[in-house]
Amino acid sequence: MSPLILLILLPFIGGLVALIDGRSRIRSALWALAGLLGGLAAACRPVYFVLGTGTPFVLHLPWAMAGGNFQLMLDPLSAFFLLPVVILGPLFGLYGIPYMRHYSGGGYRHGIHWFFYNLLAVGMVLVLTARNGLLFMLAWEVMSLAPFFLVLFHDWDKKARSAAWVYLVAGHLGGVLLLLFFLFLGTSGHSLDFSTFHPLSLSPSFRHLLFGLAFLGFGVKAGIVPVHVWLPEAHPAAPSHVSAYMSGVMIKMGIYGILRAVLLLGGPVYSWGMILVVTGVVSGILGVLFALAQHDLKRLLAYHSVENIGIILLGLGTGMIGISQGSPAVAVFGLAGGLLHVWNHSLFKGMLFLGAGSIQQQCATLEIDELGGLKRQMPKTAFCFLIGAVAICGLPPLNGFISEFLIYFGAVHGQAILPAAGSWPLLLTLAGLALIGGLAAACFVKAYGIIFLGSPRSSHAEDAIETGPSMYLPMGLLAVLCISIGLAAPLFLHLVRQAVTVFLPTFLPLAPFGDAAHQLEIISLVGAGVILFGLGFGLLRYLLLRNRQTGREATWGCGYQYPNVRMQYTASSFARPITLFFDAILKTRVKGGVVGELVATGVGLQTDTPDPLTRFCFTPLLGAISGFLGLLRWMQHGRVQLYILYIIATLFVLLAALAGGWL
Amino acid sequence: MSLAAVILSLLLSPLLLSVINRSKALLAGRRGAPVLQPYFDLVRLLKKGAVYSDVSAGLVQLAPVCNLAALMLCALLVPLGPLPALVHFQGDFILLAYLMGLGRFVTMLGALDTGSSFEGMGASREAFFAALAEPAFFLAMAGLAKMTNCQSLTGMLQTISIQHWQHNAPSLLLILVAFFLVFLAENARIPVDDPTTHLELTMIHEVMILDHSGPDLAMIEYGVALKIWLMAAIAASILVPPGTNPLWLLLFLVLMALIGGLVGLVESSMARLRLIRVPQLLIGAGVFAGLALFLEFVQ
Repeated sequence: MSPLILLILLPFIGGLVALIDGRSRIRSALWALAGLLGGLAAACRPVYFVLGTGTPFVLHLPWAMAGGNFQLMLDPLSAFFLLPVVILGPLFGLYGIPYMRHYSGGGYRHGIHWFFYNLLAVGMVLVLTARNGLLFMLAWEVMSLAPFFLVLFHDWDKKARSAAWVYLVAGHLGGVLLLLFFLFLGTSGHSLDFSTFHPLSLSPSFRHLLFGLAFLGFGVKAGIVPVHVWLPEAHPAAPSHVSAYMSGVMIKMGIYGILRAVLLLGGPVYSWGMILVVTGVVSGILGVLFALAQHDLKRLLAYHSVENIGIILLGLGTGMIGISQGSPAVAVFGLAGGLLHVWNHSLFKGMLFLGAGSIQQQCATLEIDELGGLKRQMPKTAFCFLIGAVAICGLPPLNGFISEFLIYFGAVHGQAILPAAGSWPLLLTLAGLALIGGLAAACFVKAYGIIFLGSPRSSHAEDAIETGPSMYLPMGLLAVLCISIGLAAPLFLHLVRQAVTVFLPTFLPLAPFGDAAHQLEIISLVGAGVILFGLGFGLLRYLLLRNRQTGREATWGCGYQYPNVRMQYTASSFARPITLFFDAILKTRVKGGVVGELVATGVGLQTDTPDPLTRFCFTPLLGAISGFLGLLRWMQHGRVQLYILYIIATLFVLLAALAGGWL
Repeated sequence: MSLAAVILSLLLSPLLLSVINRSKALLAGRRGAPVLQPYFDLVRLLKKGAVYSDVSAGLVQLAPVCNLAALMLCALLVPLGPLPALVHFQGDFILLAYLMGLGRFVTMLGALDTGSSFEGMGASREAFFAALAEPAFFLAMAGLAKMTNCQSLTGMLQTISIQHWQHNAPSLLLILVAFFLVFLAENARIPVDDPTTHLELTMIHEVMILDHSGPDLAMIEYGVALKIWLMAAIAASILVPPGTNPLWLLLFLVLMALIGGLVGLVESSMARLRLIRVPQLLIGAGVFAGLALFLEFVQ
């Protein structure tokens, strides 16, 4: 049987068995996991083959579908995005087994959960391999619906229900745009098969319109500002391994969709690259700013997904500008950086969400200001989280820097060699990436520093203990992957190569890959140098202090005698200078905090920053629409007799129209 | 040859701090500490034991080590006037900025490790100001890259020549000013931060290292010296293009001392800015660099 069929069938069967055997928490999870591992095994050879040689892997079945054939294909772009789906699915699932131990009560339906977990994986595989518009939309729907049920795992929780609802509505509004996109594109050929599309027969302005539809439709899934609003709701509500899978892998399907749409529309155009860069800067900066203002760890991480999607768009947009301007170096660096960041983000964001899950299970809260000092109680989780934090800030020697370096260099190189008129978006990339990087560092110093360092701020944190190995080992594996991409960067550039080549017109030379490999080699060496020097200085420090007196004293508090844990800096106070500076955007709501009397008694301070776009844009807009539609509600009263009257009246009008010759 | 640049940087960097302190002392009418005082301080600290906060979970110890390791690698990337950097490649200034970022990141975590709100306050300010300084740095570097058509630090700084100053003086000047402001902010000097202040509430860099002592503090102090030396070397190369003739080295070192004097002059002649004004200064630096790029585009 073709590996592509196995890749789809095995996880699906695993999920089905999990559903049937759903009474047992452990068994259903193991069935699902077995299915996913089967999928991984089936994927190995085709992915290796496609990413190595660049030759697509085709499965053409003669089943007629409306509007074309049942056609599956694994080209380098699909294979590139497939790898996180098949590797991280089982890994997060493995973490999910002990994670779900905390929900073993009667009300939880584990079989359904694991069935939809596998269905999500199957949906993503189908999205990546479908080569027919209708099949693609069916797969997209499967992939979009499965997380709805996953988010609803805590269906007794009103917040989870509303989050799932927001997700469903957002996803389907995007889906409508995609449906239009494929139908319009179908008019250019004879069927909905991708291979029959003739984009170049369409007028340029119509192609721009189609790109706009696809960009917005896929952008909802990817979480691009301003259509990111479902992310900060859905990720915190879902179980952590699901958040990891959704944030690390599923939202990348939006990026895949945008790239596939660009290919289907006949390759990148300058203005599309410009749009990607501009939205990338906006998503990146707003994402990290919103993240800084959050107190809930998972909400914070969700906003960082928005930020990282922005970084990916910056890279891809830079690459597209490079292609349209005929500069191979800018094209290769931008695209390779953007694509590599897709993998990198899957790894470190997955790990951070797993870390958040461990904290949630051990401390029963994700409120950052309730935590503190967890590094002592949970050293292994803390170490992995630190690796993830350094990686997501794009700092060397880890993987985040590798992809950001490629994007930076593409932009620097482009603005130096391209004509002025075409290169201004690259300056935006450059300055935007720098600001995003700095703010992300601030945000993760806050997150790691307040959660893991200092003293525990509540009994939740004080009583926490380390998780079992089945929860920290998956994180450790991800940490190892982050480090290896950082230290063996040229190797991973090689894996990206075929996926980048898909976009390059054949007349562009491929020499920049060699340059990039050379640069990454040095960067990896310098990264290794940082580690070696660190070890060396650590040894030096140890030798110097070995026979000397070292002691522990209270932290310097300007001589104050009675410090307590509540005097520590909090997450809100750490982020306050930044959130205050950007208050015009963030609109943080502040309650209290004012000392009224001369002799102050108790003073409380409460801040919270709901998503400004939800608050000021979508809630009023959707409220107005629903208010307007409410005006029609008098017609819908539930009386069947009157409904029959409507039907008869309509028939009568139609007959009259027919008789009168108006139709 | 390029190894010489690294060795000189590593050996001479504390001297620049001493030049700054001397010039401040002279301007204030004092004699000032001996020129070798920073070295004496380092040796004294290296000989001591250490005291740690009882809240610390190990990052206080880890931070100085990582910070210095990152800055040592920075020293490999920066050319010293006519001497090329030991390691140079296209885009190396991106790595330089991010290595410094790594050092800053671990230093901030080391500060939060003590659970002190003073140190948290310092880390918070450092994080904010650094984030605003980054775009200015990158735009300034992009301006140099466009002007010289090189994309490595050594290439850019050794390609700049008197001709560039003749033809592109306005944009070079803007880049220089932007870079100098970033230099002051990154190295915690007046008008952004005051290294000699004695009030914890107003400090930025100094308050983050309050609970470090002994060899740890020595590593931090040496890192401070190294960082200011490396950034001053970049500023000096922009100001007076050194070319590639090694004989210029001595002159270049004199120029670096003059930059140290300039920092001393700035510190003696003005007070630090109010904290809420600092973002404006740094955004101003970014605007200068952007303006320089605009001028180059127009040409």
